[in-house]
Amino acid sequence: MIITKAKPFAEILHSLEGEKAVFLVGCSECATVCKTGGEDELKAMKKRLEGERVGVSGWVILDPGCNLLEAKKEFRKAKEEIARADSLLVMSCGGGVQIAQEASGKVVHPANNTLFLGTVERFGHFKQYCSMCGECILDLTGGICPATRCPKGLLNGPCGGAKDGKCEVNPDNDCVWIEIYDRLKEIGRLKEFLASSVQVHDYSVNTNPSTLVLERDKARSDNR
Amino acid sequence: MTSLQQALAKGEFAVTAEVAPPKGTDTSEMMENAEFLRDKVHAVNVTDQQSSVMRLGSLASCRLLKEVGFEPVFQLTTRDRNRIALQSDLLSAAALGIENVLCLTGDYITLGDHPQAKPVFDLDSVSLLMAANRLKEGYDHVGNQLQGKPHFLLGAVVTPGYEPMDLQLLKMHRKVTAGAQFFQTQAVYDSELFRRFMEGAKDLGVPVLLGLVLLKSAGMARYMNKNVAGVRIPDSIIDEMNNTEDKIATCIKITARIIRETRELCQGVHLMAMGWERYVPDILMEVDVQI
Repeated sequence: MIITKAKPFAEILHSLEGEKAVFLVGCSECATVCKTGGEDELKAMKKRLEGERVGVSGWVILDPGCNLLEAKKEFRKAKEEIARADSLLVMSCGGGVQIAQEASGKVVHPANNTLFLGTVERFGHFKQYCSMCGECILDLTGGICPATRCPKGLLNGPCGGAKDGKCEVNPDNDCVWIEIYDRLKEIGRLKEFLASSVQVHDYSVNTNPSTLVLERDKARSDNR
Repeated sequence: MTSLQQALAKGEFAVTAEVAPPKGTDTSEMMENAEFLRDKVHAVNVTDQQSSVMRLGSLASCRLLKEVGFEPVFQLTTRDRNRIALQSDLLSAAALGIENVLCLTGDYITLGDHPQAKPVFDLDSVSLLMAANRLKEGYDHVGNQLQGKPHFLLGAVVTPGYEPMDLQLLKMHRKVTAGAQFFQTQAVYDSELFRRFMEGAKDLGVPVLLGLVLLKSAGMARYMNKNVAGVRIPDSIIDEMNNTEDKIATCIKITARIIRETRELCQGVHLMAMGWERYVPDILMEVDVQI
């Protein structure tokens, strides 16, 4: 899921300067789990904004916030409330903010900063395990990603910087290469790693902005 | 063939020492420090924005040293340049007559003085060695033929004090496969640990230069133990520094002793004097190493 963190309220307020009313947009999925754009957070935001004399003309929680058709459908239903607002304050990821802009044509403001693709360890604890590089090498590295979990993204083994098994960049983290090494030993795949060619990431597989369109014929035959 | 390469090929005890480019354009201190090393070392090793602190470039510094008769080792890290810039800098080095290259990944950005900068790490030390090796063969990273091919002696680093040591040896193995022709180590003060390390490394058949940072005080030793990964300075050495009235003499004595203890295990020494370059000749005289 996409991990977001709420911007400081003062920054949000500054972005709304000169506006009398906003319409709030939340997301039922990632931002709800991150507690940055679910019902509770939207209600709290409404209260805080009204306390600062910024009106809230209405709000909607999209399911999910990054789906253009969903946004268009819900915005049609809330057409009048949106018309009364100077702008939309979007409490989702950066994808959601842009979808809200496209679907509404209104001025939009982000309420969150978007951080990473996260896994959920337990409630409220998120970790970055995948950086969506477009060229998965987890088969070679025992199911543990060095491209993401090593700050330098080293693909061919550790640097010399680990101290007591901890990463020199952030000592709260275990050195992922020691984890990979232990795991490869455990599953008997160390030799394969040693024999593998020098790993170099191909950045051309994933140039910004990426798009993906499923081929219709392929999708059909795969479903058969 | 560079004189460092000749020394390694002949089985002479190779000696290199490090100098650091300045933060700014005043190179006088770097050049003065290098002057203490003249005719005492096979090559002068020039750091590439060490500890991720922005400085004068390693390549320009190497050339300045070469112009006054030193043989430089160009340290090249993958932290700040993508594969196009790395290969281009390698060709630039060769064109400027700089043929010893030490290939490193480099410290992480946030450890330095520009923590906001974008970390590049397009290649790592292993893939940089591979790219440099391809240039030597006359081809770039993607297989295009070069017009004129460079000659390089390719070096790499290894940390013997790393736990687990076997994982460090595994990385070392990958570096050799990718083209590393010699290694210099992170500082080692424990001869027994170095013996065990060399036992594991000897099958790789690549020369290893023991790395030593000149210890200026007990405080510096304690700081390194606490903050520098893979470095363990034994208490006995810290006590020696603590109890001495003459820190310089003790530094020379300790450094010379470790070189004597490890001399038969490895193929040379790499001294990181960090401003104490003037004492490098005393250390080398103490262990009777001449180039």
